[in-house]
Amino acid sequence: MNQLTIPIIFYIFAAITVLSAAFVVFSKNVIYSAFSLLFTFFGVAALYVFLSADFIAVTQVVVYVGGILVLLLFGVMFTNTIMQTELKADVLHIVPGVLLTLVLIGGLLLAFYNASAAGQWMPGMMQLQGSVVERIGFETMSRYMLPFEMVSIVLLVALLGAAFLARYDKAHKKEH
Amino acid sequence: MLTEQLLSIGLNHFLTISAILFGLGMFAVMTRKNAIVILMGVELILNAANINFLTFSKYNGGMEGVMFALFVIVLAAAEAAVALAIVINIFKTFKTVDVSRVDTMKE
Repeated sequence: MNQLTIPIIFYIFAAITVLSAAFVVFSKNVIYSAFSLLFTFFGVAALYVFLSADFIAVTQVVVYVGGILVLLLFGVMFTNTIMQTELKADVLHIVPGVLLTLVLIGGLLLAFYNASAAGQWMPGMMQLQGSVVERIGFETMSRYMLPFEMVSIVLLVALLGAAFLARYDKAHKKEH
Repeated sequence: MLTEQLLSIGLNHFLTISAILFGLGMFAVMTRKNAIVILMGVELILNAANINFLTFSKYNGGMEGVMFALFVIVLAAAEAAVALAIVINIFKTFKTVDVSRVDTMKE
């Protein structure tokens, strides 16, 4: 019973992730894609919990679902106000695209399975166990101090740049 | 043998999911016309990369992958904000977000 429950839960979340990602990609309606992306992000967060990265899972839910998805939905609403009927998004060259995707996935899986069957990727002696929050705190304040500060500055500059780019430009409008 | 492999969740299971997510994201970037859906494909690709980082970090026992995944999430947020601002500007200029019809660099 206990031996079987964890694989079953894993496969349920894996199926949710992959199927909703496929729906994001193949759906004709942009709104459906955006809402399907919600399930993908939650499924990926659940997979992070399986990888004993609980802090990353919570960050995933807060940043992706709370921030990026809302931003994308805002973009969908904003760019479709004028052409209400044209909410659909076409697909360009679907057959070569599907072929290339299958080749890509097949090649990646072949490389992964060969490397792990040849014993190049043996699991280490010490795997991550339990909660990882405390170790993230230690690493952030010691080894990863400079990347941490740099990424905060990058985030600040990117948000300022985004606000500047998306600003409503009156002078631009007057020319036309 | 096969059922045993299916029941013991290991490295290959997570790598398979990440490869499928990467392929789907790549499909969206290559074939979809709507710029917003292309952004969604980029997010899928970043998520696939994050799954790989965390998988190798877990089975290696080190913290490098976890820290890198954290930085990837922060940079994905910055990227989404800037890309959406660019898409909004494209929409203002061309009155469409169809990337196959955006073919000039000046107005």
